[in-house]
Amino acid sequence: MSLVGSAASSNAAWSWNLLNDVRDMFSYPFMVNAFRGGTIVAIVGAVVGWYMVLRKQTFAGHTLSVAAFPGAAAATLIGISATIGYFTFCIAAALVIAIASRPSRGRGFSAESAVVGTVQAFVLASGYLFATLYNGVLSGLNNQLFGFTFGITDAQVVTLGAVAVLVLGVLAVIGRRLFFASIDTDVADARGVGVRLLGVVFLLVLGAAAAEASQITGALLVFALLVMPAAVAQRVTARPVAGIALAVLIGVVATWGGLTMAYYTSYPSGFCITSFAFAAFIAVHRVRASA
Amino acid sequence: MAPYMQHAALAGTAIAVAAGLIGYFLVLRSQVFTTDALGHVTYTGAMSGLAFAFNPLVGLFAATVAVAGGFAVLGRRARADDVLIGSTFAWVLGLGAFFQGLYTEHHSTGGNGRAGATYLFGSIFGISATQAVVSVLICAAACIAMALIARPLLFASLDEAVAVARGVPVRLLGAGFLIVVGVACAQAAQAVGALLLLGLISAPAGAAHRLTTRPFVGLVLAAAIAVFSTWAGLLISYEVPRTPPSFAIIGVATLSYLMTFMWRPGARTRRPPLDRHHAEPALLPDI
Repeated sequence: MSLVGSAASSNAAWSWNLLNDVRDMFSYPFMVNAFRGGTIVAIVGAVVGWYMVLRKQTFAGHTLSVAAFPGAAAATLIGISATIGYFTFCIAAALVIAIASRPSRGRGFSAESAVVGTVQAFVLASGYLFATLYNGVLSGLNNQLFGFTFGITDAQVVTLGAVAVLVLGVLAVIGRRLFFASIDTDVADARGVGVRLLGVVFLLVLGAAAAEASQITGALLVFALLVMPAAVAQRVTARPVAGIALAVLIGVVATWGGLTMAYYTSYPSGFCITSFAFAAFIAVHRVRASA
Repeated sequence: MAPYMQHAALAGTAIAVAAGLIGYFLVLRSQVFTTDALGHVTYTGAMSGLAFAFNPLVGLFAATVAVAGGFAVLGRRARADDVLIGSTFAWVLGLGAFFQGLYTEHHSTGGNGRAGATYLFGSIFGISATQAVVSVLICAAACIAMALIARPLLFASLDEAVAVARGVPVRLLGAGFLIVVGVACAQAAQAVGALLLLGLISAPAGAAHRLTTRPFVGLVLAAAIAVFSTWAGLLISYEVPRTPPSFAIIGVATLSYLMTFMWRPGARTRRPPLDRHHAEPALLPDI
């Protein structure tokens, strides 16, 4: 896909005439789809990521996003659609983490980080096994890990949209209780909020969102859209609704900026998107530190 | 035994012992995510070396130790929070992809998809004699460092407030520990791959924590499970062709961890659990 990107960038030059630039960029169907897919993923990633950061489950989020890689490899191996592979593996990994890392009373510290680390190492190793068995070995590996934003098809955009509606719908239903359970687990438990069940549902939602984002930024760079906008928003405001809105805004702006930069340069889209998001993170960190 | 097997066994054992000891503390301090991030930083470090034409090993060690030091400085009480780790990590990976792009732009002959994958999956069967000896030396140094700081670090990890009050240099210990982790990560990632390192750190240590609450028994147990997984995995992938060694080793380690979930010792015969957040259980009245 980098071929397409560099071919386009060789005859495209940034002209400071924004209208022309945008028109020029959108004359390529692959760019239109990249913007559509990127926007959907940025919105879902920011909303789910906001809860993920609140619940301090970043490591789990990363693990679920790399579970997309064996999913894609297994799907290629047995010859089914990669999208099915992505979602199957991400949701299975979410279930394993939810079951294995449930807090057992009286054990003191939580072993969640050991469980998550083991799951991650195991899914990556399985992905490597599948890729080896497939004999395609490492040719497609880079795409699966680092994403191929400029290769999104119309059908993929529709799937992304459908999953996004589902994920946001589930979060709209459980959002309030999940917020309560994340802020004060003990009190929420005492008030009869199903803390355990909410935790499992949230991990499943996170798995679906990670599977979705992986297709855009690649399994390794999925963080840019999950963690950074949410991290920035939580440093700026403690209000949930304002924070989620801000996270969505930052995610969408970083995605659009990153895609535009990737189009006009030959740099990988994942790098461009993460750089915009990280710049926002550092800026807020600085401002807060000096304030 | 073929020479490549000897090198793999030698380096694998050394890395497994170090990973077991370090992993025990990482799990106790809930810091496994840090290793995950450091393992991936090695990729960006090596890629920077390739992109700017200096020795990739220099870039790899410098980047890993620098990021480990950065986590220690930026985090509260030398434990970076997971948002900071996640954000840094995501961007560092993006940077790695950028460096790789630069490198492949100038060296368009082959190696395109491989470079990114090798650091992650490694090749324990491809270790040279020199690499094996260097791995043993660095891992031995890491083990000695761990042995020296084990007691105060345990105190600092279990009850930070009391440790501070007793004059234990908690911040310095945390930072020193992260540097040891960084050095071990850098060496292990380029010898056997970041993925195998993560597996050897989290699964054996997680199993050891489930089996015993005694710290020094747990440390030995974690190292023993890691070494056992490495040997069993190497043997499996030697006997069964087409099984990648990293998959076999992680498979055995994961299976060991899984088995500890099945095995439930009599809860009453165990010592009171190590507890960071709650009052001493022995002081509570028996109802």
